[in-house]
Parts: sequence; structure tokens; C-alpha cells
Amino acid sequence: MPSSKYLIFLGCAVPYRVSAYEISARKVLTKLGVELVEMPEFNCCGLPLDPVSHETMLILAARNIALAEQEGLNIITLCPGCAGTLKKVNKILKEDKALREQINGHLKESGLEFKGTITVKHIAQVLTEDVGIDNIKKAVVKPLTMLKVAEHVGCHLLRPKEYIGFDDPEDPKILRNLIEATGATCLDYIDETECCGAPSVGVSDKIALQLARDKLSHVKLVDAQALITICAFCHIMFDTNELRIEKLFNEVYGIPILHYPQLLGLALGIAPEELAFNELRVNASKLL
Amino acid sequence: MRSYRGYLLMTENATPVVKDNMREPIRASEINPKFKYELIKQHGSEKLLKCFQCGTCTSDCPVARYSDSCRPRTILHMAKLGLKDRVLKSDTLWLCAACFTCTDRCPQDVEVASVIRVLRNLAAEEGIFPQVFRDQCESVLESGYAYKIPDLRIKKRESLGLPPLPKGNPESIKKSLKGVKFMKHMENKGDSNAKQ
Repeated sequence: MPSSKYLIFLGCAVPYRVSAYEISARKVLTKLGVELVEMPEFNCCGLPLDPVSHETMLILAARNIALAEQEGLNIITLCPGCAGTLKKVNKILKEDKALREQINGHLKESGLEFKGTITVKHIAQVLTEDVGIDNIKKAVVKPLTMLKVAEHVGCHLLRPKEYIGFDDPEDPKILRNLIEATGATCLDYIDETECCGAPSVGVSDKIALQLARDKLSHVKLVDAQALITICAFCHIMFDTNELRIEKLFNEVYGIPILHYPQLLGLALGIAPEELAFNELRVNASKLL
Repeated sequence: MRSYRGYLLMTENATPVVKDNMREPIRASEINPKFKYELIKQHGSEKLLKCFQCGTCTSDCPVARYSDSCRPRTILHMAKLGLKDRVLKSDTLWLCAACFTCTDRCPQDVEVASVIRVLRNLAAEEGIFPQVFRDQCESVLESGYAYKIPDLRIKKRESLGLPPLPKGNPESIKKSLKGVKFMKHMENKGDSNAKQ
């Protein structure tokens, strides 16, 4: 198994709300030979503040990249929002010298400098590119051939394409391939690439819940046994709100929402209790 | 300090200012013909003038499906016309979920979601933005994290077998953000807190 070493960038939402994602991701990555080093210091990637101040976002993201450069390690993130932001800023600042100097002027105040020497990857990308689908298949000891699931890759893992630059946002394969590597079947459903609604929470909850409901109803139509996510926000949107949506719209879904590393962990033979299945709001015990 | 309500916790509709002001008749006095040239200098909205109003953005917008007023095409057209005040004061400016579907599908390569972000930034500079962003910015300045992570959660990490959470460095963050225009709103907030 090829070995690789990354600085793990947890972001804010993962430690705040979805420890199941972190627990299962750490277990799975370690098992597959990816070494994780903790960030020496942390601040938000900047994405949540981009709507009010692009400059703040650039500075916050550049700070994290500069911290990683000091450690001499590439970054792995669990949250596609963090991955997208850090990637985008890494690309922009590497290419735009004037902007780089402007941002470095801000970082200088705290003894940091963006040099452009590292890369940023999301966990799905590390699993696909560093570990490799074939090696994942080889590591599977308990193929999940009885499971039929649906995938939700989310927006920020792949969009905007110009800055993210891998896979195809209109016909994404990355999560599908990772799911199929576990032996499970990945079902097609209507509007697979649509937004979960999470970014609208706090501005218009009504719109957010309607978007999540659309997704859940499309997943239900194909009788998926679970919905697999690879994003902290998408997971919160579905798992935390499924009961609320059921009440609000007087419907029944009962679809467990799993973090992809939980699914992979099962296939790798890790015990469900070690993969934090008990942290999920929608009961997933029927899958185990 | 006011109790913190995170972005992920459901809040009441927090959108500011004028409701659905996109359909009012246009008065000539509202038009600022220089506005579009201001916009194309900003990072993200450089290609605004290439928009030929095909409507791909609006028809593919997931939010537009459930909102009568969130219309990216309309926002871009109003910005090009120079209806600066109206766009910046519009509540619909804040409905975009930044999913970037419009950006990826625009046949003219306009970064639609980024144009909307540029407009939001301009509104925010004037102090017009939903409360949720103030909460998050405050939290970043105080702890490095966008949400205030409860002590209980931090303690629980140990029992879950997780390593300690990396610490934020508020002093260093504040130093890096010195001179950023938006921060004036956070300073004001700090002052009013001190008086309370």
C-alpha cells in the first residue's frame, strides 16, 4: 500500500456537529496507510465569510496554507467547502502576483507568508488518487454486496470546475467509484447533482428544507437503503433535518444518511461501534 | 454579549432590508451608468459584460425553484443597468446558495455566483448583511472557528478517542485582518457591546 502523509484540516463544521465523520475518516485513512498530522494552529478556511468580505476569505485561507507550508506538508480536508476554498485561493495566489503580495502584506503582520509550495486535497481525492480504487478493493474484507445505496456528492467538491479541476460536476464519478469499491451498488436517481440546501439555512430555512426534501424524495423513489455523503454540511442537512422534514411535509423517509468513511469502514472490517454509527440521528442499525 | 446562534442552527428568516424590490418600475434617476465599470474591476465579476441574458443561470438555480424573487439573471441585468442601490438593498441578493451551478453552466463564462458575491460584498461594506455573518465573523475573531464549539464537545473528543482540537490564534488573526474594510462593522459591534 502506498504511504502518504497529510496535515489534517478539520474545518469548523466537523468538530462542531459531525464527529462521526471525523472518527470514521481517521480510522479508515489510518487503515489505508495515510498518515495524519494535526494542524499546529487553526482558523476557519474563510468560506463562511466570503459573502460579506472576499478579502477576509482570502486572508483566512492563505493563513492556513502558509501554516501548512511551514510544516512542509500537504493538506487533507474532510469538508468540501474547506477543500474548495483552500484550493481556489491556492490557485489564485500562485497565479496572481499582485494579489499574492497584497495578501502577504496582511500575513506579514503575524509572521506568516504564502509561498505556494503545497497542494490541498479532499478526502475523496486522497482515497482515489493516493490510495487508489484498486488498493481499496484489495483492502475490502467484508464486501457490502447486499447494500443498494445512493450517493450525494454535493456542490463544493466539484464546483466551480475552473478552480477545482477534477472529475465532472455534471456527471460525477468520484463518490460512485468509491462506493462501488466497497462492493455496494450505487443507484442512479433524479437530479443527483442538485444542492442539498444547507447554504440557505439561516437566510431562508424554508427554501433549504424544500431542497433537502426534493433530494430525499428522489432517493426514496429508487428504494435506496442509505444515502452516502462526503460533506459535513450535506450530512447535517439530511441527517439532522430528516425527521423535521418528515413532520413538516407529513411524509415518511426513514433513509439512513452515512458518511462515506463509515460505509468504507464496514467493508474494511472495522466494527460499527468504532465507526460512530450511534452518532447518527436517523437510525442506521438495519444496515449493520 | 448576545447569545450565539450558529449558521447551522435554524434561525428565523434573517434577510435584511427591502423585500422583493426587483419588479418595481425603473426611474431614470436610479440608473448609475458607471456601476458596471466599477464591477468589472473586481475579482470574480470581470466578465459581467459578456452576459447576454439567456437565463441559463436562473433556470438551473435550485433556489429559484422555491423562491419567487431569487433570479440570478435579473440581478445581473440590474447590475449592468446600474441600479446599484436597488440591487445592494435587495433581500434576494442573499438567497443564493453559492452552489456554483450557474457559474459552471454559463455559456458566456460569466462567473454568475461570483458576481453575486461581489454585489454582496459591496452591500456588506455598507452594513447590509444578514445577522448570521456577523455571528460567524465574531466567532472567527474570538476563537478562529466559525462556530463557537461548546466546551462539552471539546471534552467529549477525548472520550471518543479523538486528538485535541487545534487552537485558534485570535491575536494573530486580528493582526492579519487589520485594514480589511468589512472589519469596521465588527469594530462597531465590539464598541456597542462594551457599552452594554
